[in-house]
Amino acid sequence: MSSLAESKVLLRARSSVCALYGFALVALALAFTHPLILLAVAAATFGAARLSGVQHQLRGAVRFAIPLALMLAVINGILVRDGVTVLWRFGELPLFGQVDVTGEAFVYGLLLALRVVVIIAASALLVAIVDPDDVLRRMRRSAFRSALTAALATRMIGVLTRDARRMDQARRCRPDGGGNGRRAQLLMVGSVAAGALDRAVDVAATLELRGYATRVAPPRGDSLPYSRADRAVLASALGLIALLGVGVGFGLAHFEPYPRIAAVTGLTELLYAALIVLAALAAPLIGERGRRR
Amino acid sequence: MSALSFERFSYSYPGSDRPALREISVTVEAGEFVVCAGLSASGKSTLLRAASGLVPHFHGGQASGRVVVGGLDTREYGPGDLAQVAGTLLQDPETQVVMGTVGAELAFPLENRGLSRAAVARGVEEIALTLSIAELLERPVDQLSGGELQRVALGAALAARPSLVLLDEPTSQLDPVSGDELIWTLRRLNEEWGTAVVLAEHRLERCLAHADRVLVLSDGELVCDAPPREMLSWAAEHQPALQTPAARLFERAGLRPPPAGVKEARATLQSHGLLEPAASPQCDDSAASRSRPRWPRRAQSAPPPALSCRGLSFDLPSGAAVLSNLELSLQPGQQTALMGRNGAGKSTLLRILAGLQEPTEGKVSSEGRVALLLQNPGDYLIHERVDGEVGAEALAEFGLDDIAASHPRDISGGQRQRLALAIVLSGDRPSAVLLDEPTRGMDRAAKGDLITRLNALSAAGTAVLVATHDTELAAAMAERVLLLSGGRIVADAPTAEVLSGGWHFATETARVLGGQGQACTPEQGGALLRARMTIEAAP
Repeated sequence: MSSLAESKVLLRARSSVCALYGFALVALALAFTHPLILLAVAAATFGAARLSGVQHQLRGAVRFAIPLALMLAVINGILVRDGVTVLWRFGELPLFGQVDVTGEAFVYGLLLALRVVVIIAASALLVAIVDPDDVLRRMRRSAFRSALTAALATRMIGVLTRDARRMDQARRCRPDGGGNGRRAQLLMVGSVAAGALDRAVDVAATLELRGYATRVAPPRGDSLPYSRADRAVLASALGLIALLGVGVGFGLAHFEPYPRIAAVTGLTELLYAALIVLAALAAPLIGERGRRR
Repeated sequence: MSALSFERFSYSYPGSDRPALREISVTVEAGEFVVCAGLSASGKSTLLRAASGLVPHFHGGQASGRVVVGGLDTREYGPGDLAQVAGTLLQDPETQVVMGTVGAELAFPLENRGLSRAAVARGVEEIALTLSIAELLERPVDQLSGGELQRVALGAALAARPSLVLLDEPTSQLDPVSGDELIWTLRRLNEEWGTAVVLAEHRLERCLAHADRVLVLSDGELVCDAPPREMLSWAAEHQPALQTPAARLFERAGLRPPPAGVKEARATLQSHGLLEPAASPQCDDSAASRSRPRWPRRAQSAPPPALSCRGLSFDLPSGAAVLSNLELSLQPGQQTALMGRNGAGKSTLLRILAGLQEPTEGKVSSEGRVALLLQNPGDYLIHERVDGEVGAEALAEFGLDDIAASHPRDISGGQRQRLALAIVLSGDRPSAVLLDEPTRGMDRAAKGDLITRLNALSAAGTAVLVATHDTELAAAMAERVLLLSGGRIVADAPTAEVLSGGWHFATETARVLGGQGQACTPEQGGALLRARMTIEAAP
């Protein structure tokens, strides 16, 4: 285990509890549109990433998510005609008809954008803290074909990326530089794609040769007992799931974008948001404290 | 029970009229070390794939006859079942690893056998120590070099301690030191664990001395099944391209029988009084060789270097230095071999010299264009037809005009190499040509063709720099050898001086002769031995 993994609870815990933890954060972001809750999930996600030393992976994902989110905000603002506070009237536009930008649609678009960013960030955290090899091992017992496909896909990404990098270098070795236009790029992509089948067959052959298809079960009672890190992350994950259940069950943090924005924000919502952050950060914080001690 | 047996086994790949294997009948006993030899496309890889169950279960096609592996008939058991008794390592290490980290990769076959966690951990530790890859256990596989990947893939094939190991050119990406280490490791597994080994290899000089038997395939047929020495006698008559350098040395000196390895060759020469008993590499570092000038400073009238670099350094983002303050100058028409261990920085140096990569510090200057042929010629081929890659004139020049309409993926490895070379050499004549491991997986005939082309380029005034682990190629084509280590050039001298004075970076001829006469090729060695015999025969 690397020194980083050794020192961070979320990287040390078993993949099943880490996956539960990551999915709980994603589910919270999917379940609520209330800005306070979304901000709480964002704080929990980025805080957990920072405490686990994987914040750079989240940064990359967020950089990818922001343009997508902004596009969503603009589309919602232009296309949705609900809401009573008209900010701009564009009149009749071909294909779109009467276009009015309302304050409610604009704000809701921004909230959808925030939600997209938080979901993508939470998903990135999930990918960063879960060991894919361990997931494949566990999946193999219950869903062999899915695991085989997933193993092939995860391995192929790396293989094809390296193929593309090498082919790009080979292209640049051509006396004419191989061209830089769209045609050159298309030729490259076509060539990598054409080779992908051969490469996939080779990787699949290796999986066969390593006995992946034989599925011999490990001896009974061979699983490791839950470690302190496992228990801490499991407690955090269960806490988040409980909060999700309570929030959805009791209709907390109610948000209505149209016709007027109605976001219920009282002590309950503030407490609820604080509990989300606390539950999410409890496990990594315990790990940090243990390390300092 | 035999480890492996073929009974009149024939096989054709799907859509192919020509059988890849024809009526193969052969048995490999438990604990045998068998080398499988043959020219390119002779059926070696298909034979190994049939033994591992991939043929026909995975590839399809038509098969007849019977293959039994450790008592399991491949008609009834697939590759997954056969993995219990046979470990397999195929050619391309890039697709031979399937997990994220080295530790997980080594554990994978053990977990698939349902071993306990403790047994898996012990197995991983043991195989990592056996193959000297313990320091790689936590590394992600996508950060490994080709040589490291090959060792990891071999580790995964051996981890479950199979009774039979099938290996397809396992040393093709390894430097001479690692290649020798790997063969010795296989020999040790064979002797200590009783593991039967079937090894397909082009560089027979590396493994023949360890083999109990050699199988020779030609056009899908088993044409020779004999102990190494007998096989070499057979090869001298039927397939000279399969002779090892030591066997060619003996043939040129008129000595018989051909030796299966360096030890045997030296013993024979000593018994004939042709070798000083104490002769060993470096002990013949005669006054003459010591006094020979190293690469002198360029005279005033000498032409400017075709390619040179000054103070070249390259650091990884992690800060690790790959190249450190490197100085190099290649003269027009000079043929140079660049050697060094895996990870020494050879490929990085070539990429920087060709302008594909920016150095951290230093400067590269050249008299003209610098052409670079990267390791995998297939990477250059991006069109649907061969004639889409390069003009008709270049195709004719490289003898490829008869396959102009073929798809680049359908042509042979040697043809692919020539086509890639034609691509990088098309247009203006380059002032320097750089080649990165151009003989990987090549048989001797294809190597000879490459050497002829490099000689022609050199004669036209182009400087040639070849990064290679193949000492025989270096001896045959280069006049100068650079040895790279720790990011610096630690040796820069005439080929004979470098390749005749060591154990690992030495040709088989030099190892047989102990560096005497600085003979590196069988031709040079043969001439030396004949001269000695003439002196001895004289009254």
